[in-house]
Amino acid sequence: MSRSLILHLGLIAVLFALNFVLPPYAHGNIARVMTLAVYAIGYNIAFGYTGLLSLGHAMFFAAGMYGAGLLLRFTDMGALPAYAAGLAAGGALALAVGLLALRTAGVSFMIVTLMFSQAVYLAILYFGEWTRGDEGFVIASADRMIAGVDLAAPQARYLVAWGLFSVALMFLLWLVRRPSGRVFVAIRENEDRARLLGYDTFRLKLLSLVISGVISAASGAAYAILFGYAGASFAGVQYSIFPMLWVLLGGAGTVIGPFLGTLFMFYLIDLSSGLTDAYMLIAGVALIGLTLFAPQGIAGEIRRRFWKDLP
Amino acid sequence: MSTILSTRGLSRSFAGLRAVHEVDFDLPQGEIRALIGPNGAGKTTFVSMLIGRLPPSSGQISFDGRDVTRLSAPERVRLGMAYTFQITSVFSRLSAHENVALAARRRLGTDAAAVEAEVAGALERTGLSGRGGEVAEDLSYGHQRLLEIAMGLAQRPRLMILDEPTQGLAESEIESFKALIRDLARETTILLIEHNMAVVMALAQRITVLNFGEVLAEGTPEEIHANPEVQAAYLGTGGADV
Amino acid sequence: MEFGPYLMLAMLEGAVLAAVLALMASGLSLTFGVMRVVNVAHGEFYMLGAVMAWFVAHLVGGGAAIAFIAAAVIAPLAVGAMAAAADMTILKRIDYDPERTIVATIGLLYVIQQVTLMTYGADARPVEPPFNSRIALPWFEWGEEGLALYYPWGLSTTSYKLFVIAAAAVLILAVRLFMTRTKAGLIMRATQLDSEMATAFGIPVERVYAAVFGIGAGLAALAGVLIVPVQQAHYLMGGDALLLSFIVVIIGGLGSMAGTIVAAILIGMSDGIISVFFSPTLAKILATLLVALVLVFRPQGLFGSRPR
Repeated sequence: MSRSLILHLGLIAVLFALNFVLPPYAHGNIARVMTLAVYAIGYNIAFGYTGLLSLGHAMFFAAGMYGAGLLLRFTDMGALPAYAAGLAAGGALALAVGLLALRTAGVSFMIVTLMFSQAVYLAILYFGEWTRGDEGFVIASADRMIAGVDLAAPQARYLVAWGLFSVALMFLLWLVRRPSGRVFVAIRENEDRARLLGYDTFRLKLLSLVISGVISAASGAAYAILFGYAGASFAGVQYSIFPMLWVLLGGAGTVIGPFLGTLFMFYLIDLSSGLTDAYMLIAGVALIGLTLFAPQGIAGEIRRRFWKDLP
Repeated sequence: MSTILSTRGLSRSFAGLRAVHEVDFDLPQGEIRALIGPNGAGKTTFVSMLIGRLPPSSGQISFDGRDVTRLSAPERVRLGMAYTFQITSVFSRLSAHENVALAARRRLGTDAAAVEAEVAGALERTGLSGRGGEVAEDLSYGHQRLLEIAMGLAQRPRLMILDEPTQGLAESEIESFKALIRDLARETTILLIEHNMAVVMALAQRITVLNFGEVLAEGTPEEIHANPEVQAAYLGTGGADV
Repeated sequence: MEFGPYLMLAMLEGAVLAAVLALMASGLSLTFGVMRVVNVAHGEFYMLGAVMAWFVAHLVGGGAAIAFIAAAVIAPLAVGAMAAAADMTILKRIDYDPERTIVATIGLLYVIQQVTLMTYGADARPVEPPFNSRIALPWFEWGEEGLALYYPWGLSTTSYKLFVIAAAAVLILAVRLFMTRTKAGLIMRATQLDSEMATAFGIPVERVYAAVFGIGAGLAALAGVLIVPVQQAHYLMGGDALLLSFIVVIIGGLGSMAGTIVAAILIGMSDGIISVFFSPTLAKILATLLVALVLVFRPQGLFGSRPR
């Protein structure tokens, strides 16, 4: 077994063990961190590995959240099919947005994704009759059952979040060693050269964005089902900035970075929101500080200093 | 011998300025052809159209008997063209090994063993065997140029377009470069865009001279050397010494 | 109110929005034009202008007019200085890399917004306009005795709103004259064309960038000062303003001053008018989608000419 496999399986094992020892408040927090870390993993595939700096990933998270949430609210289809529908919604949206947005690059790509995401956010407000807009809606606990297991119960919720996170983490580890994952990196590093090696970079970027969108939606749909709530704020600009912040902090283009970044930022904001309403100040300071002093993030620094082959 | 690459009436103008004008060009399979011309003769524009980085204003390009004028650069590469950049363009933060592997993998896909063998072979032939683990940007300039060629080799192209491959190389490096190209020529057709006349004269079987976007002359190195028009063109612009 | 007067009222409100938007967007456009960076914190400089106007108005005595004049001088200068400092400490150090600049200015956005929340608070507060007489507007009617003028109830504007429109027009004209007629403007335009060449000619590009970033932010602050007697100052007011400025600058053609102003008038007026007929949310959805599609299919903007 390689060192990196030990590291990532080790993280998964530790998180599993924590289920039995954490006090209730931390137990709930880590379940939330694992769910959101899946979002960061999805974002990292587009941004960290393929170099697609999107400012609109909240639309994919929201596609999952509302895709699953609205079906649970208005139909009796059950949590698992609704979850699958949430993933499909995220993938379809990513495909549609990608076909348009990937005709641009760099700053234009950032603004185009920001605008599409803003349109999705506004659409959620506009169709407030169904979505209940900013206020959002609660998903009844009767709808949050899979195979007779109540996902609203802390133990079940933690383990489902853990399972989802483990799958996403191992998927990313597998993807980045695959030829297609390697080409994503090549596109990030030098797209022109990748084209002249015969790679259809547009199609590959689209593939990367769709994978990223589906994983982001997987996080959003899981959030809706596990925590029983869907609200427009999850589609707002702030929720597009968060995954970027988590990934930058943890280390863009690393497998473990998204989790580290989500964990640290979650606790920073959790602690500071106890002190002040202006807890987003932490996010602002972190963004500036990371840009200036540590563009590689935590795992990126580890890779640079100690562990050259950290995936 | 069959023709692997040909153009008919190939033209490109920028805002009314004719960079390349009505070029008919034929390259037989297996040949080492040099493309020369004074600065601003349209060599770079012409080559960019061949590989598909620049669409022509008019005219056709065919590769291996197939009209490729409308194909994108990646599509042409997949048909068997390879191109090495004039200004070194490798994946500078990736290892030399990974650079070559990216070139090989497009053809060999998920067959890791075949990719590994191909990379080892390409690094060996370019003399970079010991340097696979080094990050490309840490390699010396000459080694980066060789890495470009190794990436070309790993694609097993049927036509290799080398854009100013010896630019910036030391004399000693140029000697081994010449040997490498001769070796390469046994398995692929080579189109060499080159300023260094010593290299051109030593390697090329035939030479095409571009001037003001048009073909001025074409022939063996001896014929080109003796051609008064070519000499005048170079003297007129103070270009390289023929 | 009948349809005709109603439309006219909507257009007047739209013209106020258009004027403020044009002023603010010209700051964003100036920054992008010269420095090739997108300043995501631009909306917060606008908010700071409004909030500072409130602070100044409460610190300076001597009546609404004097307080307003003081605010209109102090707020843009302070905000401009702050922005120039941010440019020198942050943007310069990341070498104005376009993508990293966006990330850093997003950080700046949250810092400014949250510090304002901590100091100024979450309330929306008004500033008294320096003058505010109501001006009733006439409307005509084709009655039995031919054309007749009358004053429909509710069709009115205020002298201050008309002043906002005039002031924005004068300020934009001043910026234009500054860019085309003064040496400093010439230096900025030279830097815009080719910063490396400008460096070679001894232009202190770093100082030019700091100045441009400061002026851009100052224009946003000025727009904030102008709007606060109409709209109240609130720490979250920058978000919508930023979005609208983006829309204007992109539709007008990135970096093109003339296009920006045309687009500001178009968007400002149509926002006022569309909101009369449709829900404002729907109008915003359409506007954001339009911006995205313009960037995808016509990156030079709707009014720009295609570059060679």
